Amino acid sequence: MKKTKLIIAAAAMALVLGGGILWASDHADAPNVKGKSTDITDLYVFQGENTSNLVFVGNVQGLLSPTATKTASFDENTMIEFKIDNTGDNVEDLVIQCVYKGGKMYIYGPVKPVSPGTSSTVVGTASVVVPVTPYGADAVTVTSSTGIKAFAGPRDDPFFFDLDQFHKIVGGTASGFNNPGTDTFAGTNVLSVVVEVPKSMLNSTGKLGVWLQTKTK
Amino acid sequence: MKKNILYSIISLCALTITLSACHKDKKVTPGDPNTGQVFSVAGDQVGRPGIATVFVSAADKDNFNVTVPSVMGAAYQAKFQTQLQAYNGGAYTTNLLGLSASAFTGVLATDVLGVSTTGKTTYYDGTNVLTGRTLTDDVIDVSLILIFGGPDASKNPGLTSDHVNGNDKPFSTSFPYEAAPW
Repeated sequence: MKKTKLIIAAAAMALVLGGGILWASDHADAPNVKGKSTDITDLYVFQGENTSNLVFVGNVQGLLSPTATKTASFDENTMIEFKIDNTGDNVEDLVIQCVYKGGKMYIYGPVKPVSPGTSSTVVGTASVVVPVTPYGADAVTVTSSTGIKAFAGPRDDPFFFDLDQFHKIVGGTASGFNNPGTDTFAGTNVLSVVVEVPKSMLNSTGKLGVWLQTKTK
Repeated sequence: MKKNILYSIISLCALTITLSACHKDKKVTPGDPNTGQVFSVAGDQVGRPGIATVFVSAADKDNFNVTVPSVMGAAYQAKFQTQLQAYNGGAYTTNLLGLSASAFTGVLATDVLGVSTTGKTTYYDGTNVLTGRTLTDDVIDVSLILIFGGPDASKNPGLTSDHVNGNDKPFSTSFPYEAAPW
C-alpha cells in the first residue's frame, strides 16, 4: 500500500516535471525546431559603441558544449532573418537576411522584403560577406563601404538563468530560488550572427519593432 | 595568307577583349550565390525572451512560431491571461508597470521587441521600459518581477529573482560584443 502510494506520487511528479515548462529564453522552445539549425535561442537589439548605430544579434543552436561547438555549423538551408517594423503595425518594412554559403555568411539589407510574412526571398546582392569565425580563432569581422559591420561564428551563450531551480519550483520540489543562484547556461555556447547597422538605414521615426525568424528552403 | 593573318589578329583581339571583359565582370559584380533564393518553410520566431516558453501551451508552441506578429494579439492574448493567472493562483491584480492582467498579456502576446533609435536601449532599467535588449540586461528578473511581484514588486519574494545577475563571461564594449566561446 505504502509502496503503491509512493509510485503514484513519483509518477505524478514525473508528469508535472515532464509537462512542465522549459523557460530557456527561446532555447528548444517547440517540437518542430528543437535540436535543429532553425532553433533560435535569443534576439538582442541595442545601441552600438558608436551610438549612431544599432546592433542586431541573432543566436541559434544553443546549449552547445565546447566539444559540440568544434563541429557545430550554420546550415546553408536555413535563413536567419531580422524583421524590422518602423511604422508600428507589427508588419515588417525592412529585413536583414543572413544566409550561410561555403564557409561565409552573406548578409542582405536592411532592405524592403519581397513580401511580408513567413516565406522569404533573398533580396538583391549581399551588403556584406563575412567568413565564419572558426572555433578557437579570434573573431573575424568585416565592415562594408556603407558602414555595416558583420560577424558570424560560435560565441559564449550570453543568456543567464537558474533554469534548473525554476524547474524545481514548477515541479513542486522547491518553493523559491536560491541565493546565489546557479547559471544553467554557464559553459555553453551558441552560433551567433551580429550585424551592426547605421541607424540612418532604418527609416525610423524613433521606435522600431524587431523580431527574429528562421526558415528553410 | 594575308586573309589568314588578318583572321588571326581579329581572333586574338576578340580573345583579348573577352578575357579582359571577364576579368572586369568579376571585379565589378561578384556573383551572389543566394540572390533570389526562396526560404519558404517557417522555422523559429522570437521577439522578447521567454514568451513562447512561459506563456504558450505545449499544444500551441509550433503554431506560435509560425503566427505573424500582426495577428498574435488576437490569437493569444486570452490564452496568455489564463496562464498568467494560473502562475499566480488567480491572484494577479496589477504589476510594477501598473498593467492589469488583460493589458499586460495584451502587450506580451504580440511578440515583438520594441527598440528605441533615439535613446538608451534596455529591456527595463527602472526608467526606460522595452527600448531594446542589451547583452547584460537581466531579462529573467524583469520578467519574474512583472509576473509574480504584484503592484510594487514585493509579492512572492522567493520568486521575483533567480539571483543570477550576470553572464558567465564578461562582454566586450566593442564589436562583436559577445564573449568568445568556451
